Amino acid sequence: MSVDGGWYLTLAAVLFVIGAFGLLVRRNVLVMFMCVELMLNAANLTFVTFSRMLNDIGGQAAVFFVLVVAAAEVVVGLGIIVAVHRHRPSATADDLHVLEH
Amino acid sequence: MGAVTLASFQGLNGVHLLATTLPDALVFAVAAVMVLAGAIGVVVSRNPVHSALMLVLTLFGVAVEFVAQDAQFLAAVQVIVYAGAIVVLFLFVITLLGVDNPENLKEEPLRFQRPLALALAGAGATGMLLLGWGAKWTTGAQSVVGQARGHGPNVSVLGRVVFTTYLLPFEATSLLLVIAVVGAVMLVRHRGDAGADRSVRESAPALEESPGVVQQDPQRETDESDQVPAGGPRATDQAQRKNAQTNGGEPAS
Repeated sequence: MSVDGGWYLTLAAVLFVIGAFGLLVRRNVLVMFMCVELMLNAANLTFVTFSRMLNDIGGQAAVFFVLVVAAAEVVVGLGIIVAVHRHRPSATADDLHVLEH
Repeated sequence: MGAVTLASFQGLNGVHLLATTLPDALVFAVAAVMVLAGAIGVVVSRNPVHSALMLVLTLFGVAVEFVAQDAQFLAAVQVIVYAGAIVVLFLFVITLLGVDNPENLKEEPLRFQRPLALALAGAGATGMLLLGWGAKWTTGAQSVVGQARGHGPNVSVLGRVVFTTYLLPFEATSLLLVIAVVGAVMLVRHRGDAGADRSVRESAPALEESPGVVQQDPQRETDESDQVPAGGPRATDQAQRKNAQTNGGEPAS
């Protein structure tokens, strides 16, 4: 008898909240990106849990696409970080208002 | 509240966590501890490299939870794509930019930022948990796409769905990946780099210096060192900038 889905959903909720808190608090852009990854993983865990609870493979297909989107997002985001660091090294998230001008 | 909690955690088959078989409960508990410890480690680590390694711990924990819920293919993909590609990309960028000096977490540049963030996170957590405890998630609805169990192994069921029902989104993801690759190359390219083809051909040895995403940087330098009279001042400017990058990392203010 496998563990009930409510426990997985609770774990995913806590994981999402930790990621959101880190995104709000940290100033290092790379760490903020990792916190976004934590939140994406919480969403993935929720999808898989509902896929099992409802016996529907569509949830796992959604996770498949979320993985692809996360990979693309990380590539573009890290490209932006590298491009920004080239012009102003040691930039934290507080200094990033280059797009205003 | 406690009674409500226990009653609604009984879920599908009316069992608690302790009523499940011991191996299942143990696997869930150990993986949950891995996930939460890794997540907290990502947030509180002062060094970004430690954050990335803690992220690996969380990703492995989530992969274990996937296996425990009969999603074997996604668990493998999770380890390969996330731990194998995304975290390595993070580590490349961290070491490449030299931003792995520890951040001072004691100082708080914005007043009330942390209490406000804590309050928001707490409110979000409370809302989600209350929703989860109060709702009847499984209503007996028919599966929309196809049943997850009982039609062969996980990989074949998922593959059939992805290549039939979700064929158009699957093709769209290929477009998305191409756009992401082109966008990343455009982002890390220097402006006015007209001779891109020539520099790629001529700077093959220089590529070894910088693995990872920023391969245009050494190319640009060799490109400029070829035409010293024209690009002399700009080349020195770039060298200074590169020095600043390797030395830098301190907060700007």
